[in-house]
Amino acid sequence: MKTVFSIVLALGALLVVGAPRAAKAETDCLSCHADKSLQDASGHSVGVDAGQFGASLHGSLKCGDCHTTIKEYPHPDHVTPVKCDTCHADQAARLVGSVHANRAEHPCISCHGDAHDIFPKDDARSAVYPLNIPRTCGACHGNDSIAKKHGLPNVYPLYIDSIHGFALSKEGLLVAANCQSCHGSHHILSHNDVLSPTYKTNVPKTCGNCHAGIAADYMSGVHGKAVAAGHLNAPVCSDCHTAHAIEQPTAAAFRMQSTPICGNCHKDKFSTYRDTFHSQLGSLGGYVETARCWDCHGAHEILPASDPRSPINKANLVATCGKCHAGANASFVQYQPHANAHNRKLNPALYFIRLFMNLLLAGTLTFFVIHTILWLIRSRYHQIKTRSANGGKNG
Amino acid sequence: MADLEQAADGSPKETSVQSHAGERYFTRFTRAQRYLHAVLFTTFLGLAATGLPMRFSESFWARRFAGGVGGFGTIIFFHKFCAVVLTLAFLVHVKDVFTRGLVNHEKGIFWGPTSMVANWKDVKDLLGHLRWFVGLGPKPRFERYAYWEKFDYWAVFWGMVVIGFSGYAMWFAPFFARFLPGWALNAVLVIHSEEGLLAILFIFSIHFVNTHLRPDSFPMDMVIFTGVESEEEFKTKRPEEYQRVAAQGKLEARIAAPPPIWLLNFSKVVGFTAIAIGLTLLVLTLSAYFI
Repeated sequence: MKTVFSIVLALGALLVVGAPRAAKAETDCLSCHADKSLQDASGHSVGVDAGQFGASLHGSLKCGDCHTTIKEYPHPDHVTPVKCDTCHADQAARLVGSVHANRAEHPCISCHGDAHDIFPKDDARSAVYPLNIPRTCGACHGNDSIAKKHGLPNVYPLYIDSIHGFALSKEGLLVAANCQSCHGSHHILSHNDVLSPTYKTNVPKTCGNCHAGIAADYMSGVHGKAVAAGHLNAPVCSDCHTAHAIEQPTAAAFRMQSTPICGNCHKDKFSTYRDTFHSQLGSLGGYVETARCWDCHGAHEILPASDPRSPINKANLVATCGKCHAGANASFVQYQPHANAHNRKLNPALYFIRLFMNLLLAGTLTFFVIHTILWLIRSRYHQIKTRSANGGKNG
Repeated sequence: MADLEQAADGSPKETSVQSHAGERYFTRFTRAQRYLHAVLFTTFLGLAATGLPMRFSESFWARRFAGGVGGFGTIIFFHKFCAVVLTLAFLVHVKDVFTRGLVNHEKGIFWGPTSMVANWKDVKDLLGHLRWFVGLGPKPRFERYAYWEKFDYWAVFWGMVVIGFSGYAMWFAPFFARFLPGWALNAVLVIHSEEGLLAILFIFSIHFVNTHLRPDSFPMDMVIFTGVESEEEFKTKRPEEYQRVAAQGKLEARIAAPPPIWLLNFSKVVGFTAIAIGLTLLVLTLSAYFI
């Protein structure tokens, strides 16, 4: 049905392009509505540009085809709104149950624009042309007060600065993900709805529509398997990459802020990582090369150390560490990137070395702080006493 | 300045130079010793200023500082640069000590009143000093190097070996891994940072106060910069040494020119800058712990 309709539309568009002036709306209506400044009682413009309308997708239609309640002239001041469903029943049906189901709040024209100036979605003039979609959705979803009213994040600025938004707005890539690539168009569902493409367990498939290779890697890794097994705590794409503010993961900005993302769940591993030189130098600005979680563990196909394919499997450590540390050998890779100096059972040598160093530090400082304070008091006392006696400077 | 070039307890080149006020000055440190201290404290400040941001990399000031100087790359470069200079100074000093003691057979290097090696008198001086603090005895009569000065020296000596070794082990980790077990690579960071922290806390609080800020020397003991001190200071701070040198009849040989005014002023600027940097770093270090 949809395909047939598209063909009809395309043929209509062809006709229009072939003979733009051939199919004009009735002159009766235009005798009034050609005046572009014409307004209805509530101040909405009711002027129609005959030329523009003629060139639009609806150009072959007569006014009465849509404005079916107007049979005679003069017509009443208040006319029933046009029912797009008459022709677009499929789309209207799909709107039912979606987040935009309320037709009074979300009339068709809120996304598709003026019905007298409408174009097929693959026409660059269309409001729903891929490159125009973010701006169209952003009219509401880039508005702080609307976002607040509906308890939604103001996503347009996040998206437009993201790698997808950049690809679309700056590079003009038709394949770049726009709003409807992930959310759909007419049947948009809340991400809490299990049928929504943005529902947690559906996210890998949704992203995988474009990122097929990475989705396959992800599904064979521990996170993908966990999610598939119904463990909803495991991360899907958007948990690490975010939904809208997606950054180029190899870029400095993302690398610098990335380790806490894994640390959200892997708290103990994050805490021991932060004790290491990897973390210390990685926290300081300007040095992004230092090992982050996935430099060693992999990003999408994360495998347990016991898996021979895992980069942190014993057999692969020399190669994995060797990516940064030229000359890494079997002894070198015994270094523990998550050593815990506070754990006597796991890291006894480190535990006692740390204990010794702390005792040395605390002992030395305690003795000398007491020693120095007593000395200060005594020599000041002595100084005052001798000065009053003979005016000497040194005690 | 020529008169300052003699060895601290060696033979003089010029003698009997007296100040206008009639106060006599005596040599305490040779030019080489003063230069060694200058290299030591400038590289130490550099190492502390670049090491602390790494140790407390999560603190706001570390990131600010790192961002301001051009990031981690700059910090590690200056850290390694200062480390190499300090290592060279350390090696020069060790070579100098052994040449003087073993090759030139200079007396008093490894034992005796002028040696840095601790002896029984140091133990007695420490206990006597503690008794004096609480008013239970007379003030000990110190020799050329008091026990806390020897402690400072050996703390730095031990610190250089420990911090230096652990630092180079991290710098050249794959090389050191050829003869060190894997867990040692974890241990060297703990050792390096804890020992470094001890050195920083000790120098910027204890050494500053003991040597410079205590009432006897307040606000700064200039002798490490000028190499000379007044007779009154010599007598009151190190009566035992004064008496010994006088008894040996070598007091005259130690007489030096009073420090020139430019050297005093220059030393004050350098010294107070060093103390200001040190105290700033001390506050930042403590803030990382307590804020």
